[in-house]
Amino acid sequence: MGALTDLDIARARDGLAGGEYSSETLTRAHIEAVEAARNLNAYITETPEIALARAKESDARRAKGEALGAMDGIPIAVKDLFCTEGVPTTAGSHILDGFVPTYESTVTEKLKAAGAVMLGKTNLDEFAMGSACVTSHFGAAKNPCKGPDGKDLVPGGSSGGSASAVAARTCLGAIGTDTGGSIRQPASFCGIVGLKPTYGRCSRWGIVAFASSLDQAGPMTRTVRDAAIMLTAMAGHDPKDSTSAPIEAVDFEAALNRRIKGLRVGIPKEYRVEGMPEKIDELWENGASLLRGAGAETVEVSLAHTKYALPAYYIVAPAEASSNLARYDGVRYGLRVPGQSLDEMYENTRGRGFGKEVRRRVLIGTYVLSAGYYDAYYLKAQKVRMLIAEDFRKAFETVDVLLTPTAPSAAFPIGEKMDDPIAMYLNDVFTVPASLAGLPAVSVPAGEDNFGLPLGLQFIGKPFDEETVLRVADVFQASSDFGSS
Amino acid sequence: MPLDQTTVRKIAFLARVKVPEDELDHLAAELSQIIGWVEQLAEVDTDGIAPMTVVADMTWPRRNDTVTDGGYAGKVLANAPEAEEGFYTVPKVVE
Repeated sequence: MGALTDLDIARARDGLAGGEYSSETLTRAHIEAVEAARNLNAYITETPEIALARAKESDARRAKGEALGAMDGIPIAVKDLFCTEGVPTTAGSHILDGFVPTYESTVTEKLKAAGAVMLGKTNLDEFAMGSACVTSHFGAAKNPCKGPDGKDLVPGGSSGGSASAVAARTCLGAIGTDTGGSIRQPASFCGIVGLKPTYGRCSRWGIVAFASSLDQAGPMTRTVRDAAIMLTAMAGHDPKDSTSAPIEAVDFEAALNRRIKGLRVGIPKEYRVEGMPEKIDELWENGASLLRGAGAETVEVSLAHTKYALPAYYIVAPAEASSNLARYDGVRYGLRVPGQSLDEMYENTRGRGFGKEVRRRVLIGTYVLSAGYYDAYYLKAQKVRMLIAEDFRKAFETVDVLLTPTAPSAAFPIGEKMDDPIAMYLNDVFTVPASLAGLPAVSVPAGEDNFGLPLGLQFIGKPFDEETVLRVADVFQASSDFGSS
Repeated sequence: MPLDQTTVRKIAFLARVKVPEDELDHLAAELSQIIGWVEQLAEVDTDGIAPMTVVADMTWPRRNDTVTDGGYAGKVLANAPEAEEGFYTVPKVVE
């Protein structure tokens, strides 16, 4: 047997069930890995005491024959955007200084109830706004992969800490959130699997809100099977989130039957952008041919409004963010910077507490929602969003799933694109359309670029059809034998 | 439409975010660049298209409008930067 940190969730589950090791042993191995990888700055808060306590509880349950299921005793990491009772929750922001939630988010509560062991809270772009994990108040997180010249690379973002933590084998899986690509793009950059479920599949209750019509929690793992296992524990209706779908959770792992014969896979022709490395095109082509080899049929489809998804997103998301972030007022939680009047206290607190990217988005959001501009920007963007959703709906009349690249590049050096917001936004060109349409999408490792850096491909599915997305992604991962541990 | 310093000062006040005077110029240029870029949406014909207001096409459950939670002011105030006698405190609003 190799190192316990080289397992995946499915194998660790079997090992725990077979009594090969205890959750405590498994957890201690991962706590050591977390400590050894501190140079990655993947974790903002480590919680080894909580982890060990939960591991021991898990072992005690198992000893009594009362093990809870696949996630019982499995060490995972949690993006520091999920509120966790009694554990500081920062959202990567200065403005939440000292905030310790008195409640637990629904998704982390469900994982806890399933027996999962929390190792710590992972680094992220401030309020999940970013594509490189460089806007965190706690410093940039690093990708475990190095650039060809030995430079430190970004892990992608915003769930970059979670992606780095999984890729560096400091945890068996992690949870992230995805608003415009924040699970899928870092998964691609770090060579792991990242699934954004359908909007409404997982409860948003207790997740620090960024853009409420887009935010969705999802698993980040080393295999598609693990993503299915974690999603099963995370999903389900929650009366505390009025947008969580009234659909009973299913066992997503059961959908992985390796059969895709006759499956119709759409290849959207608009997902080719100028300046995209040839290697990405090549992997995309190989991915399609591999699926054909497994019995699927590939069909070219058109998603005509693809190029307008990103500008529409950069109206809708900042608008919702400016409204959501109004709650940081220096009164109820977090940082307070005094002022002579109430307004001055608000301005000082928010001026000091928000970093530059968050400030940019709050101001853009305020502008596009302000009197006289609402119709020209916000309403227009919501109409374009409808056209984008309509493109997908039509495509899914003829295909079962779509195959696209996840991101237009591999991981880039820390510090790049920092002074050019639009260049940074372009990272999400392939992930944002599915977000706007609320569709499930997964990034799966597909290969490496010429410098040995990971690249991912994305499968996008019909609403609430995570089963098909996971099934085809599992076949792809098994046949490409890439990135599975 | 490019944003000038006056506009940025105005939206910064609307958003209650203090922006130092010496950053206004740079910020106005940056925000103008982003707004200029999103304005490409004007190319899209959206006549007769309804704005998207619901993400998933389904009927959402409703609950009775009753109190289901509460009764723990201490927990609610636990994270307040300043609280006194069961209340949040703010700078004087009424003279």
